[in-house]
Amino acid sequence: MAELDGVFYKEIVEQGLREFPNEACGVIAAGPDGLPVHVFTATNIDMSSVTFRIDAEEQLRIEREIEERGWETWGYYHSHTHSEGYPSQTDRDRSRYVVAFYPDVRFLILSLEDRDAPVLRSFFLRDGEVTEEELTIT
Amino acid sequence: MSVQVKLPTILRKHAGGEPKVSAEGSTLRDVLDDLETRYPGITKNVRSDDGGLHRFINVYLNDEDVRYLGSLETEVGEGDTVSILPAVAGG
Repeated sequence: MAELDGVFYKEIVEQGLREFPNEACGVIAAGPDGLPVHVFTATNIDMSSVTFRIDAEEQLRIEREIEERGWETWGYYHSHTHSEGYPSQTDRDRSRYVVAFYPDVRFLILSLEDRDAPVLRSFFLRDGEVTEEELTIT
Repeated sequence: MSVQVKLPTILRKHAGGEPKVSAEGSTLRDVLDDLETRYPGITKNVRSDDGGLHRFINVYLNDEDVRYLGSLETEVGEGDTVSILPAVAGG
């Protein structure tokens, strides 16, 4: 089970609504105790409502800051603006590389299918298998 | 030219756990070839089957995405730093 502070949840939802109808994306960092401590909003260079890719140079800056602060990457998130919050085939295909580098990272998907009722879910994508974990917003 | 290559955690196992290693070359292609010679298997997930840069791998020269420089033909200079990260992408 994973826990995410409501402040971070709000930040992700606000970004998702701001960038709607395009997909929004970013990185959540955790402190030494494994709990989320910071949300890095990132630029979707695809500027698309159906795909995303974090701007490469921005990603390097984020990863470096995480390392310098002694944090860890807790998860990568993105929004689905017109579908449920479940990994698409594109998510599964494109995440293979991230998973090869970071086998334990989680992927969070924010569904904005109903913008009045956003839904955030968390998954692990290993060997092409989707495993959902319970996510509690605290 | 001798450059420093910063390795993501998962690739460090090929290099005895080192976070940063040296490699030689005048282009990024040479550097990756040299890296592979020194640490077999280390560039397996970095290059595609045709030897090019993998579409979903980001390689940086001094913090710049090499796709905007010259990809594998990007010239490197003495003391430059090469970094490697998997692209975070999906749909």
